[in-house]
Amino acid sequence: MDATPEVQRAVDLQGVFDASGVAEVLDQLDAELIGLGPVKGRIRELAALLLVDRARRDLGLEGRPPTLHMVFTGNPGTGKTTVAMRMADVLHRLGYIRSNHVVSVTRDDLVGQYIGHTAPKTKEVLKKAMGGVLFIDEAYYLYRPENERDYGQESIEILLQIMENKRDDLVVVLAGYADRMEKFFTANPGFRSRIAHHIHFPDYSIDELLQIANKMLEEQNYRFSPAATEAFRSYITVRMQQPHFANARSIRNALDRARLRHAVRLFGERARPMTSADLMTIEPAEILSSRVFKGGGVGPGNFGSELEQAEAA
Amino acid sequence: MRLTQGTFSFLPDLTDTQIAAQVKYCLDQGWSIGVEYTDDPHPRNTYWEMWGLPMFDLRDPAGVMMEINECRKIHGGKNYIRVVAVDSTHTWESLRLSFIVSRPENEPGFELIRNEVNGRSIDYTLRSYATEKPTGERY
Repeated sequence: MDATPEVQRAVDLQGVFDASGVAEVLDQLDAELIGLGPVKGRIRELAALLLVDRARRDLGLEGRPPTLHMVFTGNPGTGKTTVAMRMADVLHRLGYIRSNHVVSVTRDDLVGQYIGHTAPKTKEVLKKAMGGVLFIDEAYYLYRPENERDYGQESIEILLQIMENKRDDLVVVLAGYADRMEKFFTANPGFRSRIAHHIHFPDYSIDELLQIANKMLEEQNYRFSPAATEAFRSYITVRMQQPHFANARSIRNALDRARLRHAVRLFGERARPMTSADLMTIEPAEILSSRVFKGGGVGPGNFGSELEQAEAA
Repeated sequence: MRLTQGTFSFLPDLTDTQIAAQVKYCLDQGWSIGVEYTDDPHPRNTYWEMWGLPMFDLRDPAGVMMEINECRKIHGGKNYIRVVAVDSTHTWESLRLSFIVSRPENEPGFELIRNEVNGRSIDYTLRSYATEKPTGERY
């Protein structure tokens, strides 16, 4: 339309950035999530890419709209779901999705139990997620090579089709353990080629987990006494070596049980008046009485499932 | 003769963008959306065939547009297709909005039938020219 396209039209990238409100989301991400340096870095890169892409389009530099489907790999409790929610905010503010809602599903929500059940089920979920983000947790369960009559394959085919045809309407995020996702992609090359962004969530360090614990307590108006902080540090050190360790999720469970013991202790001392400090402060006794320290708490064979393990710890 | 049933029926046909905007409004009100079709345009024909199940918990019209387009692929040009929005709030529990999103190219209209009853009394009824033919061959 412009006769002299060489004439330099300028776009105010800073202005676009400020107007989008993405900075706010990114700052929130930094403030709310402890650790996860590489993840935050990738999200910033992605935000930059999308911002520049939008600026290019504003100047009429048409390009293929970027593929936004992503895969998040990492161990349990490393914040994949939380980051997916923030990602939806970023994409929404930059105008790549129309709403910032995240529909979180697992295999059970997508795959049916008998012939003809899967397609409507998958489509219903997809329709609910449209305009936003579809988060498929433990996506590798969709594909079960050991059972060739499994309906997961049908679900995968519908997903692939929608991921290709409805790129403007839906962003799909797959999540799961790194090694099993790798196997899943090897068996379903169609997925790999439709996913542009691979973000790996590293495990937390002990210090980060301690920070997370303090933050969680703070949110619930509890706090560690200084001795309890040290006790909890040694708790984390021991707990990390044991099986079924689920990072932040294990921390949350441990804190819930510490709160329980805290309440029991206070109830035992109910004859004396309680100050708010008493009601808030978690003492080392609450941590050290955990079965994690007794060694026998977690043995293969003793505790099969994460749940039983959580009961025991 | 152009069929005028439901909301917006005296306006020119809605474009897909306009349909999506109306659906968005319905979703924002918390109404669930259904897609229905029929080849019997009689005004008393209240219950149309359902295209799939009604859609609950949607946030965005894209899913509804997908269903409308699927339905058009199979029934477009041979049937009327409408979008209905149902409000499930207590005391409503009923249809809040219904509008046609696709109609056959050729709508023959209605015949007024006069029937003499009880001596010289006359009662009147309507009959669509389309329904002279069996279902499936009407448009």
